Amino acid sequence: MTFWNNPINFIGYWLNGVLTGWHLPAVLATLLIYVIGIIVMILFAMTLDIGLVWVERKVVARFQDRLGPNRIGPFGLIQPVADIIKMVIKEDITPDGADKIVYNIAPVLAATSVIVLWAILPLASTIYGVDLNVGLLFIVAAGALGTLAIIMAGWSSNNKYALLGAFRMVSNMISYEIPMVIILLIPTILADTMSVRGITQAQSGMWFAILSPLALLIFLISAIAELGRSPFDLNEAESEIVAGFHIEYTGMKFGWFYAGELLHAFTFGGFIAILFFGGYGGFFGLEKLAAFAWLNIPFVQALVFIAKAMFGYWVIMWVKYSVPRIRIDHMLAFNWKFLVPLSLVVLVNTALLNKILIVLPNWLYVLGMFGSNIVIGYVTVEILRAYGRKQRKAEQIPDPQAHTQEQAV
Amino acid sequence: MTAEQIIFLLTGALVLGAALMVVTVRNLLHAALWLVVSLFGVAVLYAILQANFLAVVQVVVYIGAIAILFIFAVMLTRREAMEKGRQTRNNWWIPVLLGLFILTGLVVLILSVPGVERTATALPSGLDTVQALGMALVSPDAYVLPFEVASVLMLAALVGAVYVATADKK
Repeated sequence: MTFWNNPINFIGYWLNGVLTGWHLPAVLATLLIYVIGIIVMILFAMTLDIGLVWVERKVVARFQDRLGPNRIGPFGLIQPVADIIKMVIKEDITPDGADKIVYNIAPVLAATSVIVLWAILPLASTIYGVDLNVGLLFIVAAGALGTLAIIMAGWSSNNKYALLGAFRMVSNMISYEIPMVIILLIPTILADTMSVRGITQAQSGMWFAILSPLALLIFLISAIAELGRSPFDLNEAESEIVAGFHIEYTGMKFGWFYAGELLHAFTFGGFIAILFFGGYGGFFGLEKLAAFAWLNIPFVQALVFIAKAMFGYWVIMWVKYSVPRIRIDHMLAFNWKFLVPLSLVVLVNTALLNKILIVLPNWLYVLGMFGSNIVIGYVTVEILRAYGRKQRKAEQIPDPQAHTQEQAV
Repeated sequence: MTAEQIIFLLTGALVLGAALMVVTVRNLLHAALWLVVSLFGVAVLYAILQANFLAVVQVVVYIGAIAILFIFAVMLTRREAMEKGRQTRNNWWIPVLLGLFILTGLVVLILSVPGVERTATALPSGLDTVQALGMALVSPDAYVLPFEVASVLMLAALVGAVYVATADKK
């Protein structure tokens, strides 16, 4: 084992040697190394988070045909640091009648619910916190803590808008959790494991995005809903309820929500990369060739992972800044009448075909899985079109196609 | 005392303390939040026992669904959130006696199980507990019948919920 093929464990063993050399008991040394490891992981995530503030502001500026931050430092790179200093020295206001303890715990819990996700995020084949055999359920559990934080913030602020935001968030999260859990079963079926690292390794030959593109699409939609980002940002709809659940928070307490949201979006970009794009690996067998052995170096893998995660994050931002907010009844109907049935169909299809087609040669298996998804997608679109036509007929709205024909006549 | 025992005792104290707060705190929402703490402590107990699946499911189901629905219901009754009346009734000693009785019974029952004082052996390192659980749930030698019965019950509850929600529409 050298520093280059297993950096974290290498440093761990070295530290262990140093600490036991100081006559520390072995148990205490191990505990200390774990604590240091956790702190380093959190610091890495939070430092990345500072960079994400800049990335988010630059990208949104480009989508809106602006320049974004460009005054402080080269390309405005020091802007997030200035933002942090501003947030820290701002006055900290606790509203009258707020439930002080709950009010102060909420932002911490919101940030925690995101940071715990980093425990199972494999940055490279040898750089990961813990390889849980229930990794995918862990994602759902962390999401539950996030919902709890938002409810606590909304309720304890003693503000009607905050409470409304919390209400909307609950209905949003509880509904979109269902397609998400169903879709998380698809990588589980394809990889035969719920371990996040196992799922990454199972994709060394073929990405799950190709085996099940519909699952990727549904996961992306429910992830955006779980993040509470536009078009599902009803919990903080600024034109209706000002800022929703974090309306009363000032300074760094607001900063925790903001930082948590950005890191959450990036982390879900990372999970999209892991579940559907092979995470740190997934080079279609290229890394097994001698000429591409450098792809297996952990630092290269970590860079590949961050690049893929950034792509997922960019797609989430792209959706956020292009799609307008949808009404709450539309949002719930979209989930219960469209996403849940569709995800169930995709799940049954994947479970059956995965067992039937596995006897075929690999290229036929991939083609069959991909083709079945395309067929399901096409049938879904056709059903939606027929339904839309029926509804327009019932409401006496002229069919756009029929209308043009009449005009032509 | 091993490190595991210390963690177990601390978590047990947290679970019981939080449970006590649930029934004594006067603010309804605080009671619900203490319930979350208590349920989370139970998840930690499962994790100590190497039951990863149960620990995570405990958080998903009890905190993610049940506790949040509790809080949701409590938030809808904000004006009544503070309970101002007496916290005990005149016949409070009856449930105390009953509780002590059940506790004694449980302790006697657990102590009578053979091998209860033995330290649990660690799970073999290669064992995938989730896979073993999944196999047990669908294996005819194990729990397939209770599993299917529970599934049918839940389906019935689901159909019932849909019917109740749409009953008044003709």
